[in-house]
Amino acid sequence: MRLDSMEAICLGAKEAGAQFWEAVLLYDMEERQCIREESMAKMLTVWTAMVEASDSYTGQRRSVSGLVGGDGLKMRMYNRRGESLCGDYVGRVIAEALSMAESNACMRRIVAAPTAGSCGVLPAVLIPLWNQQKLTQRQVIEALYTASGIGAVIASKAGISGASGGCQAEIGSAAAMAAGALVHIQGGDMDMICNAVAIALKNLMGLICDPVAGLVEVPCVKRNVAGAMTAVSAADMALAGIESRVPVDQVIQAMGEVGRHMPLEFRETALGGLAATPFGKEIKQRQKERE
Amino acid sequence: MADIFDILGPIMVGPSSSHTAGAVRIGSMARTLLGERVVSADILLHGSFADTGHGHGTDRALLAGLLGMDPADLRIPNAFEEADKVGLKYTFGEIELMDAHPNSVVMDIVGESGLRLSIRASSIGGGRIMVNELDGIEVAFDGSFNTLVIHHVDEFGTIAEVSRLLSNYRINIANMRLSRHRRGGEALMIIETDQTVERKIIDWIREFHGIAKVTYYDKNKEAEYEA
Repeated sequence: MRLDSMEAICLGAKEAGAQFWEAVLLYDMEERQCIREESMAKMLTVWTAMVEASDSYTGQRRSVSGLVGGDGLKMRMYNRRGESLCGDYVGRVIAEALSMAESNACMRRIVAAPTAGSCGVLPAVLIPLWNQQKLTQRQVIEALYTASGIGAVIASKAGISGASGGCQAEIGSAAAMAAGALVHIQGGDMDMICNAVAIALKNLMGLICDPVAGLVEVPCVKRNVAGAMTAVSAADMALAGIESRVPVDQVIQAMGEVGRHMPLEFRETALGGLAATPFGKEIKQRQKERE
Repeated sequence: MADIFDILGPIMVGPSSSHTAGAVRIGSMARTLLGERVVSADILLHGSFADTGHGHGTDRALLAGLLGMDPADLRIPNAFEEADKVGLKYTFGEIELMDAHPNSVVMDIVGESGLRLSIRASSIGGGRIMVNELDGIEVAFDGSFNTLVIHHVDEFGTIAEVSRLLSNYRINIANMRLSRHRRGGEALMIIETDQTVERKIIDWIREFHGIAKVTYYDKNKEAEYEA
């Protein structure tokens, strides 16, 4: 089995009498020539690193440019007041996404998922459930295999770097991975996973990569929230039985196509979008003087 | 084929896999290829490394690598202080290279016993790197294999002797590239192997006629850090 289409993983899983996540595990054992326990132990180190990154967030750090830091803490405090319009779970998701993306910008240790710039999306949807003891370690590991399989397919068919396909390729891919992970956790089947992935990608399609001064800060940190919220809604829709009209592999193909047609200005070059606003230019100038 | 731990990973200090994690790897590769503790480094940044390197911590990341840190080391943000602590002197500047990857760096480094190395390398995305030039000789290797870097004099038999020794120890050569300044002059053998090359083998290669210097990069050392 190859991780080059969602269909291939689903077929591989059915042939092996396995679930989606397990097909990805079997792939890894074959690819890296290791036993089940070794693969799962490595996946556990990924999860441990995510939890440590979340636990060590204080909200006191600022990025090198000074543009980013402290918003995760603001959101945590706001949630504590019980005023969040989104409710408890999604309020926490927002806080986690901000915290993790800020930690990345502030040179803390994170897990690229699939990239450093989009590292907040996947842990943001999982950590609130974990902290409230709604998840077993086993469930988390299975969810991470599900997510990594989805990410591998998108990487092979469309690309996952902002430079090649814009923000849709980073935050969009992360949202698709997180959506699939949530569906698995909630007991959804393979078709539901595929639908969640398709819906998440469709809803972020076309998103450009326009970082102010070329730094992974503005708008990247808050885009992690957009990715996580999209993931939660896509998972809920899929679990409700809502289907993506366009099949998932065609959506992934289309996302890659959109990325290839995206002007260079919108692919991490910091020449367009928010980076080209008067504010963006001012920050770039200030940064240049410090270089 | 895809490695799922390239999708969920690397575990790294932010903010950028190319500008931070890749830069640590370049520094660490340079230290390995020098073969001893680095005491001085003159570092020139090209392209995007020069434009956004400070904001991405590329400068600290390169120093961190030269100090022997891996991409997940939490001391990376404090690399300037760490360098001062152990007496690593450094300078940073900019350079405009022809036909180079936008995330490129040129470093001249000196080791504690006076060994010198000039290296040009680039960070090509997702934390992966490419070494482009060593001591003025063009090369191309990325640390995805165990790698022997052998500086030698370009003359008959040297290559045959080295490959015979490796085959005697059942070490399979995955890739081998030879480059030289001019016929009969300084030359470089880059040998990528499937198996680990033991210390004693490296020492024997050092004793062959015409061998000036041998350094070795062990990919599993780095793999341990990644896990």
